Amino acid sequence: MVSTTSYSKTLSGVWRSLRDIHQHREMLGLLVRRDLKARYKDSALGFLWTLIRPLTQLAIYYIVIGKFLSAERGIPDFAIYIFTGLTAYSLFSEIIGGSTASIVGNAGLIKKVYLPREVFPLASVGSALFNFGIQLIILIVATLAIGKPPLTVELLYAIPSLLVLLIFGTAIGLLLAAANVYLRDIQYLVEVLLLILLWASPVVYSWQMVKDFAGEGLLLELYTNTPVTLAVLGFQKAFWVGGSETAAYPDDLLLRLVIAIGVGIVLLFGFQRIFSRLQGNFAQEL
Amino acid sequence: MTVNPPVVVEARNVSKRFVVRKDNSIKERLVTLGRMGRRHRKEFWALRNVDLSITAGSTIGLIGHNGSGKSTLLKVIGGIIDPTDGEVSRRGRIAALLELGAGFHPDLTGRENVFLNASILGLSKAQTEERLSDILSFAGIGDFIDTQVKFYSSGMYVRLAFAVAVHTDPDLLLVDEVLAVGDEAFQRKCLDKIRSFQQEGRTIILVSHSLGQVTEMCDRAVLLNKGEVVFDGEPAEAVAQFRDILEDRRLADVSDAPEKPVVGGRIDAALAFPVDGVPGDDVPPGSDLCIRIQLSNETEMPDWVCAIQIDNGLGQIVYATTTLRLKVELSPFNGIRTVEYVLRDVHFGTGKYFVNVSLMDRFGVHLHDLPQACSFDVPDFPLAVGTVHAEPEFADLGS
Repeated sequence: MVSTTSYSKTLSGVWRSLRDIHQHREMLGLLVRRDLKARYKDSALGFLWTLIRPLTQLAIYYIVIGKFLSAERGIPDFAIYIFTGLTAYSLFSEIIGGSTASIVGNAGLIKKVYLPREVFPLASVGSALFNFGIQLIILIVATLAIGKPPLTVELLYAIPSLLVLLIFGTAIGLLLAAANVYLRDIQYLVEVLLLILLWASPVVYSWQMVKDFAGEGLLLELYTNTPVTLAVLGFQKAFWVGGSETAAYPDDLLLRLVIAIGVGIVLLFGFQRIFSRLQGNFAQEL
Repeated sequence: MTVNPPVVVEARNVSKRFVVRKDNSIKERLVTLGRMGRRHRKEFWALRNVDLSITAGSTIGLIGHNGSGKSTLLKVIGGIIDPTDGEVSRRGRIAALLELGAGFHPDLTGRENVFLNASILGLSKAQTEERLSDILSFAGIGDFIDTQVKFYSSGMYVRLAFAVAVHTDPDLLLVDEVLAVGDEAFQRKCLDKIRSFQQEGRTIILVSHSLGQVTEMCDRAVLLNKGEVVFDGEPAEAVAQFRDILEDRRLADVSDAPEKPVVGGRIDAALAFPVDGVPGDDVPPGSDLCIRIQLSNETEMPDWVCAIQIDNGLGQIVYATTTLRLKVELSPFNGIRTVEYVLRDVHFGTGKYFVNVSLMDRFGVHLHDLPQACSFDVPDFPLAVGTVHAEPEFADLGS
């Protein structure tokens, strides 16, 4: 028999949530497809829009920041550099943005049907991953086009970097999704924070510039060890072959990434607990 | 020998508290932090110490007036909200029909929505494919299945949603007043489907305002009032008690409501009783029903008509007549006047009936109305339901 009580036990609670989600994995897939299908339904260009947005962003940064503000000096293949960072950053930002709104956006379902509520933030993660995949393909095509394909052993950096983004994105997404139910301000706060995050990670400028400005010390460490910065650096190491000779990276990038993964898993565990504690009242708060 | 059927839902001492807050933004929360904040919260108990144990194969009706907690109880049973206190255990697959088409996305086609909704209700893709033709024929929406559901008529939308829900083979079906949708033919189909569920030994928990439906379909009814279980047992008895609660509330409402100023004649009171009885007595089939009406007027009223209308518990008109129809010429009156209708040999079906009285002029302009001026009960008749009473007999004429 399945029981519902006003309290839940920590370890068995996590296990039950996982089992619940596993049982609903097929539906998770359908929800992701629903999100993707519904997003550009009835628009003439359809999925092309997923490409147009990041490409426009790329063009703006390339021209304004790269050319006008001459940030491209010292950064070879500046377009590839930006697009690598943007691809990593927009995965994170889409996960956070999507999952924060996911519970409130699916209020109709949550109030009427019992489902493990984690599936809604997870579905946002899924559709963000899909868009990430498309951007990644463009990135790889672009590197092939300029004749510098990322066929080095450094490519392996992409794996821990992706994991960092996914784990932190899901963890924070779960927390914010639940918090947004109780306080709708979160949604708008997140938009602002994500904007700050774009400029607080080495997407349109280089890590070297931060190092020159802040010098070696606590400030640089703080900057470097934010998960998004680490992941962006990891992606650049993997896909931005043009900079492999000249670009500066922090020491022990791989170790830092692995530690970040560990911290992320602990956070994910903790935030899932908070989520499941809060979810009991979702239906009445929506 | 019969074995006791297993318990599928067990609620132990379940309570649910809702907190209504008036401050909803960060600013307001901060301003009203601490003790001040308490004043901005209002608590109420939607459910209080509810114990309920439901065995497999039974059909249970939850009844109660608006806000009595029946939908909350259904949601707690369905796991949609967690109880504040107490515990609910359940077994088997649950399909909650709290709102049809809850998972439908307007931009997806009917077919896509069928798969999505079926999977939300717990079917795998393969199972849905297997049942797709059944679902489509039950919904009866033809070629529209490949159209986006936002272009559906509301009837088509609901039919498709219901079709999906009933084809998910739930062990426990929770139904919240969703049967009142669709045209009559479709409603009949829904009720038939629910009956076949009953025959297959599935458990159904039904929230309904249609008391007729409850007495007809359920083998047990739970009456809730202000979050507490007031009665749990025979549907007919539960419905009778519920009508008493409603009547009490109505009387309380009437005495609270401010009186409207009346010009030219008013109805002071009305009584309904069997001719050989007193007010409050049951009106059994075959008796003569007397409706006595007291009128008053401060100025002389030359030309007037007195009308009565009898409604059943659902507010449907069962019987109505006027002195105009009876071709009675009423003499002018001033002061107080008492008139009386006697309805000979009435055959109302089981239930509570309300008498509305109107005072009109010759042209049908209402001078004063007294809705639900009085009421009477018709005793329980085990052989039939409905608003008309008749002695049933049955003969098998062979082939």
